[in-house]
Amino acid sequence: MTTFIIRRLIALIPVLLGVSTVVFFILHLTPGDPAQMMLGDFASREAVEKLREEMGLNKPLYVQYGLFVADIARGNLGRSITQRQPVIKLIGQKLQATAELATTAIIIALILGISAGIIAAVRRNGFVDYLVTLVSLIGVSAPVFYLGLLLILFFSLQLGIFPVSGRGGPLLPAIGELFTGNAQPVIRSLRHLFLPALTLGLSFAALLARMTRATMLEVLQQDFIRTARAKGLSIRFVTVKHALKNAGIPLLTIIGLQLSALLGGSVLTETVFAWPGLGRLAVDAIFARDFPLVQGTVLTVAVIFVLMNLIIDGLYGLIDPRVTYS
Amino acid sequence: MPKMIKRFLRNPSAMVGIAISVFVLLVALLAPVLVLEDPTQIDFGKLSQKLEKPGVTTILGRDNFGRDLYSRIVMGARVSLLVGTSAVALGMIVGSLFGLLAGFFGGWFDEVIMRVTDILYAFPAILLALALVAALGPSLSNLVFAISFVSIPGFARVMRSSAVTVRGSEMVEAARSSGVRTLRIIFKYVLPNAVTPTIVYAAISLASALLTEAGLSFLGLGVQPPTPSWGGILAEGREFLRTAPYMTNFAGLAILITVVGFNLLGDGVRDVLDPRNAS
Repeated sequence: MTTFIIRRLIALIPVLLGVSTVVFFILHLTPGDPAQMMLGDFASREAVEKLREEMGLNKPLYVQYGLFVADIARGNLGRSITQRQPVIKLIGQKLQATAELATTAIIIALILGISAGIIAAVRRNGFVDYLVTLVSLIGVSAPVFYLGLLLILFFSLQLGIFPVSGRGGPLLPAIGELFTGNAQPVIRSLRHLFLPALTLGLSFAALLARMTRATMLEVLQQDFIRTARAKGLSIRFVTVKHALKNAGIPLLTIIGLQLSALLGGSVLTETVFAWPGLGRLAVDAIFARDFPLVQGTVLTVAVIFVLMNLIIDGLYGLIDPRVTYS
Repeated sequence: MPKMIKRFLRNPSAMVGIAISVFVLLVALLAPVLVLEDPTQIDFGKLSQKLEKPGVTTILGRDNFGRDLYSRIVMGARVSLLVGTSAVALGMIVGSLFGLLAGFFGGWFDEVIMRVTDILYAFPAILLALALVAALGPSLSNLVFAISFVSIPGFARVMRSSAVTVRGSEMVEAARSSGVRTLRIIFKYVLPNAVTPTIVYAAISLASALLTEAGLSFLGLGVQPPTPSWGGILAEGREFLRTAPYMTNFAGLAILITVVGFNLLGDGVRDVLDPRNAS
């Protein structure tokens, strides 16, 4: 297992190099001068020249590229132009908020999506199947930002039970406070987390439900399922013990691939709920034309996706004992 | 082929998908005739009627500038469909070409193309498109470029995997041994026999392209005001969620219904063309 992890981490190097290259060239696609664009049309010549120097834009392209990659390898993502702070520090501050949101959303999506998909597959062409199919179709078709606004409209503006936006403090330290008998921080934190996590979770759940249903239908049609049923095992037992286990690997693969949809969805969800995470930092940076910050955030999201898929590869062995890591 | 069309026609959800897609397409094409008022110009005489609720005079109500929401949503269909379809078409052409050549030739070219798609897959589509539009500046053509760019790796992979299968077929071998030129083999023999999964993928991609466009417009990086787009109207309505929720809802429903239509269409095309469903 250790050699597997080390080997996979080494295999990540070319991917990360490629990802940084793409991120580097996005900035250099900009027609004209990025420094001019960042400062606007009314900036003085000296200010533009100073920024060009600061960002290294006066050097030849290949030198800039070399320096960029060398900096990233050393963990240096440059300085934010607008916030005058190291990019890595700003990302570090926001990473926890996004992790909290995404993790809660994944938990909601796994519980709702996978169970709905299984039930629909088992009750194929029944009422529940049609209901799950219809709801999940609407779920994958609704823009996540519209879903978020609908939830705000209902839960915040009509019923007034959840706040419209913002984060109510980090969840993990708040849970720690519970042990000192103080429940207030947890309640505040969860109240703020609920709507954004539900928005992202529901939209990911719809995707998972559709995929779980399709995968389970395929597995349920296989011979060993018929054999198990013929032996007199109950539907419930066969579904959970035989079918679900065999659907696990393809499902895990699909979840891994769709994680980028989840990360993309978090960009929009964070914008709707003013959730102070990585996605919102990226959007703000894009509007402020803060290119070092844009590069840093986009790069970080891509790296998170790659690492999450590494974890998923590791999970295969837990589900399927036939998978070896030698 | 007629058999497939028959199967498609007998698939009720595919027919709903077709009906919705054709309806939205007609609305987009006939938009200039269907609008009741100018969807972009602010009429200062109607400014006092701003945020008027849906009713007899204006079926979908008025926006924060007193413009007729119905006319804006009808006109918005044009942007969504234009960007969605042209982005998918462009992404399909470029991506399939790379995939076709990679699958047919194999070797280092294939290796390079596949590693590049691996890298592009690491970015969430909306974030990559967002960064591209931000770098290039928001405009209709840059929007199409960005959305098609993020769809290229998917098309390349889909086409490559079927091209690899066809490459090893006896038909291609026969063509080769009878001296048919390589380019001719690729486009006359391999492409037509490898194109089916790409068609399915294109149908499915329409829905996600439309959602990406809506997302970019919602963030303010789509077509610029006063040109109406559904994502843009939704974003404008967000400020008036409490007083005029219909602004957000009508724009949101327009996106939702169209994407449902495209998804049903995509599912239907897949069910008909996927050989696993042939029985």
